[in-house]
Amino acid sequence: MDITTSDYSGYAINQKLTPEDKIDIYRTLSRMRRFEQGTQKPYSQGKMGGFLHLYIGQESVAAGTISLCGENDHVITAYRCHAHALACGMTMDECMAELFGKYTGCSKGKGGSMHFFDPAKNFWGGHGIVGGQTPLGLGLAYGVKYKGLKGCCLCYLGDGAINQGAFHESLNIAELHNIPVIYIIENNGYSMGTSQNRSSAYKDCLAQRAEAYDMAWDIVNGEDIYEVRAKTQIAIDRAHNESKPTVLEITTYRYYGHSVADANHKKYRTPEEITKYKNDHDPVNLWKNRIIGEGIISEEEVKAIDTAAKQEAAAAVKFAEESPDPPVESIFDDVYWEVDNNTEAGNTGRHFFND
Amino acid sequence: MRELEYRHALREAFDEELERDENVVIMGEEVAQYNGAYKVTQGLWDKWGDKRIVDTPISEAGFIGMGIGASMLGIRPVMELMFWSFHSVAFDQLVNNAAHMRYMSGGKANCPIVVRGPANGGTNVGATHSHTPEGLFAAFPGLKVVSPATPSDAKGLMKAAIRDNDPVYVMENTLLYGMKGPVPEPADGDHFIPLGVADIKREGTDVTLVAHGRSVLHALDAAVILQEEHGISAEVVDLRSIRPLDQDAIINSVKKTNRAVMVDESKPFCGVSAQIITLIQEYAFDYLDAPIKRVTSLDAPAIYAPALENEQLPTVAKIITKVLSITPVKK
Repeated sequence: MDITTSDYSGYAINQKLTPEDKIDIYRTLSRMRRFEQGTQKPYSQGKMGGFLHLYIGQESVAAGTISLCGENDHVITAYRCHAHALACGMTMDECMAELFGKYTGCSKGKGGSMHFFDPAKNFWGGHGIVGGQTPLGLGLAYGVKYKGLKGCCLCYLGDGAINQGAFHESLNIAELHNIPVIYIIENNGYSMGTSQNRSSAYKDCLAQRAEAYDMAWDIVNGEDIYEVRAKTQIAIDRAHNESKPTVLEITTYRYYGHSVADANHKKYRTPEEITKYKNDHDPVNLWKNRIIGEGIISEEEVKAIDTAAKQEAAAAVKFAEESPDPPVESIFDDVYWEVDNNTEAGNTGRHFFND
Repeated sequence: MRELEYRHALREAFDEELERDENVVIMGEEVAQYNGAYKVTQGLWDKWGDKRIVDTPISEAGFIGMGIGASMLGIRPVMELMFWSFHSVAFDQLVNNAAHMRYMSGGKANCPIVVRGPANGGTNVGATHSHTPEGLFAAFPGLKVVSPATPSDAKGLMKAAIRDNDPVYVMENTLLYGMKGPVPEPADGDHFIPLGVADIKREGTDVTLVAHGRSVLHALDAAVILQEEHGISAEVVDLRSIRPLDQDAIINSVKKTNRAVMVDESKPFCGVSAQIITLIQEYAFDYLDAPIKRVTSLDAPAIYAPALENEQLPTVAKIITKVLSITPVKK
């Protein structure tokens, strides 16, 4: 489907942005980019374990959508979760330390790259199983509605997740029970190494599947933050005011492989394709040029933001390196709430079965 | 004391907890307008309405995942699986999300959910509808599993499960729903049975029978015959709660009787009985006068044939045979 290239800057939600707000969005984009760039060296040095799914190239999606969230709006996503965590207000230190598996990490070293959490900031993870978070997002939105609050849940998933049964079950229940959840398909074109055309049967676009559930949907050009904000706000208004769900498909692109360990990521797509996106469609550059063009910030000031973000990421690496490993005893913490809180229930019967 | 059906005792637990806590919500297939496939939730929708008693589509991964997500915000969903056998279509939600959320978030989230429904054989519904997954789920740290045998235990354990701040999976039994037993009057106080406390359903001195769920009733029947016909005094330990587990109750009983037979409707391979036997050999080895024996379901998928299914399950006769194989007859 062709993406429209209308100018969305005039939408009310964008007109409300002050110059400081726009600069804040740039700062968020820059921090996302520099944070993940900062992981590359320690990852290659073997200081982090497991997977590392980078969001680089996709930053405008999380930055644009989460910039709209209020007190009762919640966020949950899949395993490519670093940028969403930062956009929700989590610190680089706690996120980097989690990647290092340190006790100071946001999940005390129990989650790793795919499982960042901060419920106090309405960020509910960070989930490793493709599509597994989609019923949870439904439930967060259900909880908001149950409590009589005006809010919603932004539930992110990749284009590779749309074929999971749990997602379709969630769509059905969302529309059937009028649950204020917004499913945001971050369509980067590839489910791991399989292109969209080789993984999904569809007519015009992926979000169109919502029609089968009589649900509202839209497709969004992810490189334009004004468009991301304008169209997401329509969905948020629908959730807040009508308690109705929406599926948004936001087109985007990742520069790196599915994870850093994706050996084939230059084989299933051409180097030219990656270069073209970097040169012409990079969301961080596009927003930078936009706000410079609007005359609200200078090149030098942008560079200062970038430098600060890079320094923040470097400091986070240092913080993570110097942080303690989790103690062995902590393996048994955070399994049972009742045990952790030393309640009567937590002290009744045997909970763990080690020698 | 008044007598209630097992299903009625459960219903009374729901009703009292719905009254006590506005965040308790009952969800599942046919639980509201249909009054429950097994009438466990009968009348609750009439009394509590659409917000508190929610009919869901046949969509277990969807609605159980939804309940888990809502529980993270403090809602306390009590979700019915029409059969626990349907766990397999919601397994990712039941395990990866419910059991691991707290751990992977470093203790920042918790899931105060109850998932409940019948988990038993013996009703001629074939292998797909006859699973007994209590051992399976008890094998996942983060989950709690209980299996009440009597109406009184069903009510008391359900109330404890609903108030617990961790995920609790309650395994009921379609063959018990219609059975009656004494249940204390609500006016006599909160009938609450903590998780992790076993119940000695019959005291004895010669052999310990360890059971949970409907197998407890078989063990009790066997104990009567063992006493009357063989002079053997059997003690029946009803686990009630599989995890957390009342290990002391098991070990103390075996130390007294010096013999043990497990009665467990689940399959033998890594079933609940296997775990209990491991604990007995570790903590009461010197007290044993005979090998530990067990009566489980025969190790094949559940057969349909009505003439055979009961033979695949634990029976009173099999329990007696096993006990006699390790216990001296006294008359």
